[in-house]
Amino acid sequence: MEQKKGNILTRIDWWTLILYLSLAVMGWLAICGASYSDVEGGFSEFFNIEQRTGKQAMWMGISVVAGIILMFIKKHTYRNISWIVYIATLALGILTIFIAKDIKGSRSWISIGSFSLQPAEFMKVATALMLAAYIGRREFNIKNSKDLLRCIGIILLPMLIIVGQRETGSALVYLALFIVLYREGMTGIFLLMGISAIIYFVVGIKFSGEMFDELPVAVGPYAVTVLIQFFSIAMVKFWCKHEKTFLILLAVNAGGTLLTYWTAIYLIEFNIMYTQYMILAFNIIYLLLRIRLNKEKTNLFVAIYILGALAFYQSCNYVMYNVLKPHQRIRIEVLLGLEDDLDGAGYNVHQSKIAIGSGGLTGKGFLKGTQTQLGYVPEQDTDFIFCTIGEEQGFLGSAFVMVVFVLFILRLMAIAERQDDKFGRVYGYSLAAIFFFHFTINIGMVLGITPVIGIPLPFFSYGGSSFLGFSILLFTFLRIDADRDPKKHLV
Amino acid sequence: MKDYTYSGRKYILAGAVILLLLVYLFSLMKIQLDNEEYKMLAEKNALYLKTTYPDRGLIYDRNGKLLVYNQPSYDITFIPRELKKLDTLAFCNTLGITLQEFNDRVEKAKDRRLNPGYSTFTEQDFMTQLSAEEYASIQEKLHRFHGFYVKKRAIRQYNCNSAGVLLGDIGQVSQKKIDKDPYYKRGDYIGTQGLESSYEHVLRGKKGTEVYLRNAHGRIQGSYRNGECDTIAVRGKDITLSLDIELQELGERLMENKIGSIVAIEPETGEILCMVSSPYYDPTLLTGRERGKNHIALSKDIRKPLMNRAIMGAYPPGSTFKTSQALTFLEEGIVTPETAFPCHGGFPLNSNRRLKCHAHSSPTALKPAIATSCNAYFCYGLQRMLTSKKYKNINEAMNIWRDYMVSMGFGYRLGVDLPGEESGMIPNAEYYSRKISKAWKAPNVISISIGQGEVTLTPLQIANLGATIANRGTYIIPHVVKEIEGEEIDIKYRTPKKSMADTKVYEDVVKGMRHAVTNGTCRAANIPGIEVCGKTGTAQNKGKDHSAFMGFAPMDKPEIAIAVYVENGGFGARFGVPIGALIMEKYLKGELSEESEAKAKQIQETVIDYGTEER
Repeated sequence: MEQKKGNILTRIDWWTLILYLSLAVMGWLAICGASYSDVEGGFSEFFNIEQRTGKQAMWMGISVVAGIILMFIKKHTYRNISWIVYIATLALGILTIFIAKDIKGSRSWISIGSFSLQPAEFMKVATALMLAAYIGRREFNIKNSKDLLRCIGIILLPMLIIVGQRETGSALVYLALFIVLYREGMTGIFLLMGISAIIYFVVGIKFSGEMFDELPVAVGPYAVTVLIQFFSIAMVKFWCKHEKTFLILLAVNAGGTLLTYWTAIYLIEFNIMYTQYMILAFNIIYLLLRIRLNKEKTNLFVAIYILGALAFYQSCNYVMYNVLKPHQRIRIEVLLGLEDDLDGAGYNVHQSKIAIGSGGLTGKGFLKGTQTQLGYVPEQDTDFIFCTIGEEQGFLGSAFVMVVFVLFILRLMAIAERQDDKFGRVYGYSLAAIFFFHFTINIGMVLGITPVIGIPLPFFSYGGSSFLGFSILLFTFLRIDADRDPKKHLV
Repeated sequence: MKDYTYSGRKYILAGAVILLLLVYLFSLMKIQLDNEEYKMLAEKNALYLKTTYPDRGLIYDRNGKLLVYNQPSYDITFIPRELKKLDTLAFCNTLGITLQEFNDRVEKAKDRRLNPGYSTFTEQDFMTQLSAEEYASIQEKLHRFHGFYVKKRAIRQYNCNSAGVLLGDIGQVSQKKIDKDPYYKRGDYIGTQGLESSYEHVLRGKKGTEVYLRNAHGRIQGSYRNGECDTIAVRGKDITLSLDIELQELGERLMENKIGSIVAIEPETGEILCMVSSPYYDPTLLTGRERGKNHIALSKDIRKPLMNRAIMGAYPPGSTFKTSQALTFLEEGIVTPETAFPCHGGFPLNSNRRLKCHAHSSPTALKPAIATSCNAYFCYGLQRMLTSKKYKNINEAMNIWRDYMVSMGFGYRLGVDLPGEESGMIPNAEYYSRKISKAWKAPNVISISIGQGEVTLTPLQIANLGATIANRGTYIIPHVVKEIEGEEIDIKYRTPKKSMADTKVYEDVVKGMRHAVTNGTCRAANIPGIEVCGKTGTAQNKGKDHSAFMGFAPMDKPEIAIAVYVENGGFGARFGVPIGALIMEKYLKGELSEESEAKAKQIQETVIDYGTEER
């Protein structure tokens, strides 16, 4: 059967490989730029194993060799061993919590001799394989809530372990796998919920200290109640598809909110938070009544959503001001623009923006960035590697890197779409989602858009485990793709 | 299969990816292409500009004698964050200070109100202006104390002990000045008084910068682009003063124990030959580490030695002013040289009051009136002018009078090249209309004709009057700087100004002034072999009269014009005349005769008691 498909080399997707190799080379050059100031001597010093650049080059070599080895493993083998790999890596992850040395509060590194490995990097491969194998089963149905919950379990388990290793940033990456579930038919409501939760958090915290000019009411919580009205009514409109319910709720909410607001401002001063809560209470009661009249199950869900959203916002406040440590809170406050602490938490992002901003259109030239070469951006060869590109290669260089990266992600999605079974497609999408999440958060952080979450930019940030982990993720998929039946299509 | 339903979602997902790319590209563009601020910030981060200080211009006197030069001095600075492992006690011993002093100095540097530029990463002043000797004694040991650095600076040093207030001094630039002129940075020196201040732009030169790369820890990594961007400091230009330092020293000697001023001018050029303000101070007091202490002592002195009375003191000119009146009356045709006025002990102000005059023959014509300094003559003259039918009314007459005075350099600042000049006071018609009434009359103001009343002049203006008479009607604005290295002095110090009175009438006044020396009040001004012209002044004031003298010599080829003003010195002949004569003799003959030297010594030792009141 394999013979029929011809030589493996002719079946590999060379486009992906070319994109991968170009990202790897650009990444290595960026590391050269970022660590040049430590290097004495000529360019050949970059290959010295004592230097970070040399080490990275060695890891790149190891990754390619590992990739070639992985190409010999057949697709069905991957599918069959997926649960073993999953359980093994989880076990290793738990073990790590206990045997790892404490490095800056994190317990995620295992040392073997002079090498250090981060098992969490390989957990991504295992989780993606496991998810693909589970969803790939013939009897799987995402509408079956038991199946869906198991999928979520597969995703959450490694997250918990990584949080246990005190690597919250890396744990968040697994959230990207929900995108895969969405592709496989999970209702978009979950993604909408996630997005709305982020909005509640940002708006609520950012304006929690700001008061209305005329009223003794904080803008933050008030805005959150209005947003909850908006999202819940949108859900009713697009999900429940019951026009009358929608119109009644819209009229009550919009009318009630505006009326109470104007009354409070122009007529009698009163606490408009109470009326807001009353409107939301009305929504819940009305939706629950409708369940009995219309037999609309989705109404129950929206009612729960409203309650949950309120609870979520309150707990955010609680966590923010009672649970988080001051330095964590400041990080969030700096991100939301509440704090402008340029010597403290905001320093990294500020310096990184200076580095990128000073690059201009064409950059200062390879190895000539002052911010980079003089070490103004901490972690410039790991999490903040993108500023080196921004400063030394300018807009043209960094935009090029971004475009290549996005092409790489889109290519992975395209290959995932052409798979002949769900196993291949889910694995491919998992890959694309993970790369996408890293790309979004890392570059967003460097540009000062997203929070400073310590996750690397794949193939760019210095780090052997990370490079190897991402390479394994990719080469596995290349083999899975190579083994597909081109004549068979899922769609 | 169920899958069919969801294949549309791939477009949503791909769309989301592309949307994100666009958002990121847009914000990248905003940071990189739309914002110059980050470039500046990066440069500010990475480039350390080290200032190199140029040598300040030297100052010479008119005979080429070096007066002011530069001497290296050393500032000890420290970088606060590097002071961690300091053996404080050993350090204090090396510098010879107490632990308390050490702590005070560190605290002073940290005080952000006094030192807004404080940063733990940059050099802060610890101790400034150590002399080369002081520095040599600690130099060898200083390197053992990590975190302390030495900055080489230049301070002023003097070859003379006189002309302090004229030369001025330098000090650290004020925040106000920094805000106004971006050339200056905190800690720079700037001329704060005297010539150092008025010729700051000439003397200071141009600071240079050396550009270094600095890393995130504040450490210097080396020169930026091999010094391509460095600029070299340009040394300041030397200036040559018109001042004759020996004349200045003699003047200060003669003014010892007295308050007042001497100004001598070369009439032809307007060059100031000496400018004494007494009490004076030794300029060397204001250099080195004691500067601060001495400066406070001088500024607290009730006799105000830091004030240059020659240009800042506005005094009633007394009878020296009569010459200007004679010129005005003659030019306006109010009197002729032959016109005579009676004087029987003064000028009748009304039926029972007289403006007194001393005993001399009566009636007097112009020449004897100047020679004997007759008050009545000039009162009659001004009365005749103010009541003359030639003018529409008294106000017009008054303002014409004012115009004459202004044309002789009174009432406004002359424009000398020194800071802080006063204008003196010349009243006009509006002034009297306001002060007295619209119907004011000549007798109300008559005392201005003899240099009393509202009229005040600075000693410089009096000397300039002497120079104008010596020149027969023209003057060049008096100035102290004769030459600037490589450039011409200001055009205004090379252009003659004309008085409204004609050369012809000046000759009449010159004759009167000559007569005053040969037969009148200034007989003591006579120098054998030189035709001296002069006019005494005895100015009334709240206390004892001020003693004044204005003169020039030789009469027909004047080389020096002079004003002497001794506060509470009594008659003009008491101090003004002999001091003026000695200065002129010294300048014209090169040295004093034995007899004159004895006289000089006697004057030097004469003390005028000024009490303990602040002046």
